[in-house]
Amino acid sequence: MAFYRPTRWQRSLTIVLLTLLLGLPMLLNSLEQGFYIGFATRVLIFSLAATSLNLVLGFGGMVSLGHAAFFGAGAYIAAICQQAGLSEALLALPLAMLGAGLLALLIGAISLRTRGVYFIMITLAFAQMVYYLFISARAWGGDDGLPLSERMRFAGFSLVDDAALYYLALGALAVVMLLLGRLTEARFGRSIQAIRENETRMEALGYPVFTYRLVCFALGGAVAGLAGALLANLTGLASPALLQWTQSGTLLVMVIIGGVGYLYGGVVGAVVLLLLEEVLLGYFAHWHIVLGLLLLAIVLFAPKGVAALFGRPRG
Amino acid sequence: MTQLILEQALNGLQFGLMLFLLAAGLTLVFGIMDCINLAHGSLYMVGAYFVAAAAQAADSFWIGLGVGVAGAAVLGLLLELTLFRQLYRRDHLSQVLATFALILIANEAVRVIWGPAPLLLNPPEALAGPVELPLFGETFFYPAYRLLIIGVGLAVAGLLYLLVAKSRVGMWVRAGASNREMTEALGINVRWLFTAVFVFGAALCALAGGLLGPLLAVQVGMGESVLILAFVVIIIGGIGSIRGALVGSLIVGTVDTLGRALLPTLLRATLPGDAAATLGPALASILIYLLMAGILFFKPQGLFPARA
Repeated sequence: MAFYRPTRWQRSLTIVLLTLLLGLPMLLNSLEQGFYIGFATRVLIFSLAATSLNLVLGFGGMVSLGHAAFFGAGAYIAAICQQAGLSEALLALPLAMLGAGLLALLIGAISLRTRGVYFIMITLAFAQMVYYLFISARAWGGDDGLPLSERMRFAGFSLVDDAALYYLALGALAVVMLLLGRLTEARFGRSIQAIRENETRMEALGYPVFTYRLVCFALGGAVAGLAGALLANLTGLASPALLQWTQSGTLLVMVIIGGVGYLYGGVVGAVVLLLLEEVLLGYFAHWHIVLGLLLLAIVLFAPKGVAALFGRPRG
Repeated sequence: MTQLILEQALNGLQFGLMLFLLAAGLTLVFGIMDCINLAHGSLYMVGAYFVAAAAQAADSFWIGLGVGVAGAAVLGLLLELTLFRQLYRRDHLSQVLATFALILIANEAVRVIWGPAPLLLNPPEALAGPVELPLFGETFFYPAYRLLIIGVGLAVAGLLYLLVAKSRVGMWVRAGASNREMTEALGINVRWLFTAVFVFGAALCALAGGLLGPLLAVQVGMGESVLILAFVVIIIGGIGSIRGALVGSLIVGTVDTLGRALLPTLLRATLPGDAAATLGPALASILIYLLMAGILFFKPQGLFPARA
């Protein structure tokens, strides 16, 4: 389960893809399919969220079933900022990251004392707590969620135009992917992967295993918070549905479809799942049955995910 | 006030016993086969639908319950033979993904077959009214149907205790939970033992779903909320331990029910109105999760660890 490193050929592919993505809004507008810019933004944001879970799951080896807590908290923090009159994304987005990261730090500090199945369940329990806390706070909209009266501004530029928000999400994803690629090669990244492979050995070598894990968990939480804040801007609502445990399940599904522990696993998974949803919904109202069967097939026949079909992990 | 507390305590007992029916199967599947089954809640939902549909067709609650439980057992058998056998040896992540997929399929399939509206399930007519209980010199009314649930719950719990603690099959099950390889080495056919436990767990799910059907709505998604509670129960009790599941169910059932009934009142008495109105429901709904986090903090293996 080592991290995937792109070859030179794949690096060029990334650059080509990035160029295409930069031109996408113009292309869609010229085809008069502007509606799909919102969809593309959604895909980018979920790529970011799934990547953040991949950091925790693939990189750190921590199977968390509570990632929705940080995703949703980011969305709520953005909405709360806007409610309080702060609608500058340059401030609100870092605040969302900070808040979600601190929440992850707190939850991680307790959860990481447990192992295996107990860790899965205690992260789920904490996420449920966060869910119930948010829906019982009437000042934050309760069951209805907290709406944003309008989209934020980024460095003074309004994000009301769909393309503007698209470019912000694309920029955020590109920066996160770049940093993540660097992180996997850096000392911290290698140590955390070594801890995933053999915890006892790293402990014996004197590495602060608990701290490394906790930092990784909190980083994942912060990036999920960023994704949540962007999504709140896109949909205009910080919805309690983002905090539900099924959301954690969906993110997990994206990462596993894409490929656990592959740099682009989260992105591939988000693209595949959301495209499938968009296409299948058009033909088949009960597309969840198709999705479920597909997931079963992946578990039984392609357990390493889609990214594994295209690249080999560095061994 | 005494009446209220007494009534809520009985409700808590009733809820706890139903949780036990779910948690017993879950903890065994979890403990013996080391398999996370998120779809356990779906078996509960599908079981409830089977019971409700059969009861409507036969116009009798009891026939419906019997047919529904048998149907869920057959479904459990099919699932075990086709899917779960492949999952036991896989890592937890694959199990989470596969059983999450089952939830999606089950919810959607139920929606296709029975439609999005909740199904109606009536309790047997003889038990529709309340009964009088003489308690502390006062008369106290309690729904007869809820008493029946408490009775069935206690009977199943007792039966399960005898089965697991005193019978030969139960000995195999306990041996499998504490050391699977050793049990296999001693010549026990663990594979069929797994199948039997899984099918039994599915039948208990349907029993709980059918019994709770008249109290709660039989609808899509009913499995998920109860699934998480069942997980909390077995984590508190210790994975693989039937005794732990019983104690955990009763704790969770009572704490959750009493917390929801009494906490808002208690807080209103001590805090200013605005804070109490926000904090009361919030605290009541997270109480059991706080409890679980607290117990895991001090006893990371739960109250009654099955593995030494």
